[in-house]
Amino acid sequence: MKTWTIFKRELSSYFTQPTAYAVIIIFGLLSTVLAFAFGHFWQRDDASLGAFWQFLPLLLMILVPAVSMKQWSDENSSNTIELLGTMPLKMNSAVMGKFLAAALVWLVTLSLTFPMVWAVNHLGEPDNWIIASGYIGTFLVCLTFIAITTFVSAFTRDEVVALIVSVAVCCLLSLVGFPEFINLARQADATEAADIMTKIGIYDHFFQATTGKINVTSLLYFCGLITVCLVGTNLVLKSKRS
Amino acid sequence: MIEVTDLTKTFGPKVAVDNLSFSVKKGEVLGFLGPNGAGKSTTMRMVTGFLPVTSGKIKICDIPMNWRPNAAKKKIGYLPESAPLYNDMTVQGFLKFCASLRGLGGPKRRHAVDEAIETCFLENVARQSIGTLSKGYRHRTCLAQALLHDPEVLVLDEPTDGLDPNQKLEVRKLIKNLGKDKAILFSTHILEEVTASCSRAVIVDQGKIVADGTPAELEAQGGGSLYDLFHKVTTFETPADKSEEPAA
Repeated sequence: MKTWTIFKRELSSYFTQPTAYAVIIIFGLLSTVLAFAFGHFWQRDDASLGAFWQFLPLLLMILVPAVSMKQWSDENSSNTIELLGTMPLKMNSAVMGKFLAAALVWLVTLSLTFPMVWAVNHLGEPDNWIIASGYIGTFLVCLTFIAITTFVSAFTRDEVVALIVSVAVCCLLSLVGFPEFINLARQADATEAADIMTKIGIYDHFFQATTGKINVTSLLYFCGLITVCLVGTNLVLKSKRS
Repeated sequence: MIEVTDLTKTFGPKVAVDNLSFSVKKGEVLGFLGPNGAGKSTTMRMVTGFLPVTSGKIKICDIPMNWRPNAAKKKIGYLPESAPLYNDMTVQGFLKFCASLRGLGGPKRRHAVDEAIETCFLENVARQSIGTLSKGYRHRTCLAQALLHDPEVLVLDEPTDGLDPNQKLEVRKLIKNLGKDKAILFSTHILEEVTASCSRAVIVDQGKIVADGTPAELEAQGGGSLYDLFHKVTTFETPADKSEEPAA
């Protein structure tokens, strides 16, 4: 019930300010531009969203922290954390409420990219299950980046610091698994390091999802990261008060 | 209603609150006096359950804060020192949000919000965005959220800070009225407020209680002047190191 109250407040804060609208428009524009200009959507001659998925982690690693950077840093700087901390409310309800509100913003943002799905269905006969799997993978990446930003923002009262550190962490998680970096590691005969980079990086788990292969390992990877970050947020908020 | 026993709070090597004990009964308004940095806000943050205690016990309406924080917090209305608010919300929206967190819903919530708006004279700004409010209105909005659930215990940290003389007078009257059937703990460093609103007062200095009594008793101790007593029992230079407290 308290989670629901926090969720509603956060959601209305996203939509009464330009934040949600800005992210929907910017994400929609950039993801389409990247898919057509750099992903070579037309040249691929393929009824799939491969070109669309290709650059999404790069876009999300900046836009997701930009949306969520205020989550706790704002509460810390405006001292409303003191108000929340003296309400009959468990802090994990507040953490969850804020996380779910940001998740819904991204669910709406992703669902508004439906013209891409319509376009490939109009042009050919894509496997819509694979497309659905890609969307699930993208949403899991969004949730993971939201959780990371939530965790980072709990440490600071400065939202710019929260943004920079969150982007850095998300960037690291995205780039460490990028094929170019994995290949560099393999060329340097660091096969074990390359394997570890593949496992800890987001790219491979995301790429598997975009090809219709969401496996248990990937699910555990995403859910594990999200859980660790949210539990960590709760602990940071508690320890800051002691 | 409020029972504080041997309360101590340390931040690293600094002792912010040192073995403090006091109680506030129903119908009593206890003024918490002291210079800046004396430990007033830290004590209030512990009493309201925001800060964990280093040692000591706090009971709110016989409910131990350590063991049943949520049950104890339900009994308290709290106005924090800086009157923190969500600037993107309207006054009414903010009060509805706080009422929901307090477990009020439906017609009860509507009634509680309307009453708090009326009590704190917020009718003119009820639909206004908090970010556009003057300091006085912001303070009253935060005070309104403390009254929403008709709490048995009110903890008010410098409730008249930043208000104009008329507003100060209104808030003092309000505290006096509310104090008839509630236990109120309020901090101030404005000595006139003690005689204006309190049935009892304690003076805190460097985390310790250095004087305790009714306003008349305290004035008598100071040779007829509360100022003289305050001057006598408090240290002139309190450490300006509130930074040692964790950021709230």
